[in-house]
Amino acid sequence: MEQQGLDLMDQALGFHSNKAQQQPWPLSGRFVLVEDCVDTSGAFVLHHILKRSFTSHPSSAVIFLAFANPINHYDRVLRKLGCNLASQRDTGRFFFLDMLMLQCPVEGEPNHDGLAAVFEKIERVISELSPENKKFVTVIIDDISCLELAANGSSNDAIDFLHYCYTLTSENDYALVALNHRDIYSDGERSTFKLEIEYLADILVKVDPLATGLAKDVHGQVMVLNKETQKQHGISSIKVHNFHFKIKENNTEYFYAGSRT
Amino acid sequence: MATTGTRVSSFSPNLSSVKSSQHPGLKNGPNGTTFISSGISDLDKILGGGFTLGSLVMIMEDAEAPHHMLLLRNFMSQGLLHRQPLLYSSPSKDPRGFLGTLPSPGSSKDDIAREPSHEKDLRIAWQYKKYFGEPQLNINSNNGGQHDYCNDLDLRKPLERHFFTSNNVNCVSIQNSPNLDVLKDRCAEFLAQFSRNEGGSSSAGRIAIQSFCSPQCKYSDMEWHMLSFIRSLKGMARSSNVVIVVTFPPSLLSPSCSKRLQHMADTLLSVRAIPDEDKELAKLLTGYQDMVGLLNVHKVARLNTQVPVILEATTFSIKLQKRRYLVFECLNQAPVDGSGGSSYGNSDGCSRSTKAGSLDF
Repeated sequence: MEQQGLDLMDQALGFHSNKAQQQPWPLSGRFVLVEDCVDTSGAFVLHHILKRSFTSHPSSAVIFLAFANPINHYDRVLRKLGCNLASQRDTGRFFFLDMLMLQCPVEGEPNHDGLAAVFEKIERVISELSPENKKFVTVIIDDISCLELAANGSSNDAIDFLHYCYTLTSENDYALVALNHRDIYSDGERSTFKLEIEYLADILVKVDPLATGLAKDVHGQVMVLNKETQKQHGISSIKVHNFHFKIKENNTEYFYAGSRT
Repeated sequence: MATTGTRVSSFSPNLSSVKSSQHPGLKNGPNGTTFISSGISDLDKILGGGFTLGSLVMIMEDAEAPHHMLLLRNFMSQGLLHRQPLLYSSPSKDPRGFLGTLPSPGSSKDDIAREPSHEKDLRIAWQYKKYFGEPQLNINSNNGGQHDYCNDLDLRKPLERHFFTSNNVNCVSIQNSPNLDVLKDRCAEFLAQFSRNEGGSSSAGRIAIQSFCSPQCKYSDMEWHMLSFIRSLKGMARSSNVVIVVTFPPSLLSPSCSKRLQHMADTLLSVRAIPDEDKELAKLLTGYQDMVGLLNVHKVARLNTQVPVILEATTFSIKLQKRRYLVFECLNQAPVDGSGGSSYGNSDGCSRSTKAGSLDF
């Protein structure tokens, strides 16, 4: 729980080691966007946040929209990280929305109903939560590029969906976490989609392969951009954190570049 | 010719020694997964066992060379040898004709030997890494029996007809289809036979889709349609005991569509032709004359785990040993001519070259 040592990722995301400053769930009301590429997957960040969201507070709830993998995959991964998704689901803290086969039936036309139905489902799940669990809700989306696919390529529908989710979470102090594959949008015309989402995000986590190539001890580098807003003075500051990571079965290690012995 | 005693071949980890109480065509993998062989023993070793059941393998073709067909042939043939049902789709009018080109296990006297070692003594200083217990340099002592996990397939010897005249093989031509719905339905039907239940896997199946977005197909400009087809295929595959291999030419798609496909793949490979008579490459690599092409391993399936698979090398040369057997070998840099001062200074085993070179030693 709070006794755990905070690693570099936690600190970058806004967890404070000083308990006086610590909010129960620092990601409340914030949108965390994780960006990755083909060479290096950013899914481990989602797993990290998923685990943290359960350990942060005894009555937090997570709604997980899975477009990329079935529940067995996440179950196994999280179990090795020390988190039992099945028991969280049984106690009403974990809601897995399987979107693997979500596809609009009409080809060629944008699917307004499909994503709207998904959003309504999220709202319904949240409204049915018990009052204590409703305080610290996290919505996780894996991943956004599949959202677009499910909407048959209508990036407007996908952006609208994200806006709706963002409004829902920011107004109610829930957390929103999403994964996107940024290399899909690197050519000119589609980059506006990515830029819009990046603009919306409060915390941007960019996962890249090491510039120097593959290595067994360092799997890649992370840049975390935290747009902190000091609400009292209205000043917003941006904190940037850069570090490397190595993914293991039961843990991910984060360390500063070159500090690995 | 047997290797000399300096190699540790007989004591290196033998992947097939993991006892599988199931069918010989299946092998237990990590994290509750099961492997089936790709039909190429070198590729199985590179991938850590083979193709994972439930995964989607995508092979990026080189529009100038048919090397992806070599991989497909071995994949399909291996499945038929293990009596694993196969669904094959191609943009040709009669996909069944392709089955006649599938390879058969080589005869036992054609043991695959590794590169002849007569030049070894001259090159030890550059190739010393080979002797640090790398398992992939074993002599393959397969006797070509059908009960092996992976057979040495002889591309010059066609597979006996009885393997594919049975109901084991379904072929679908996508040449004249206006869209991919027919293929999707056939795949769904096929996959339903292998859906995973709590009792564990009993049989496995294979789907091979060749060049599914080639320009001769009528739907080849409907990118979202093709993407959603692959996505639904992937979704169905995850809950069944099938490996789906799809090949596609990325140069004929828009970059973002190609990237989306690459992200959807669980295992991502690419094959490239190498030009004949390229003097620069000939200077750079040993054995250049024997190489048919290059294989790049971009991604290896990570089902049920978050840990990525980091390979020692990601680029391999494609060679046909004795013009029959497909092998993949690590690239070995030729000794650099000290007087000339070669510009290829990249000899670090674990680094990846820039895109211009794209050769990883």
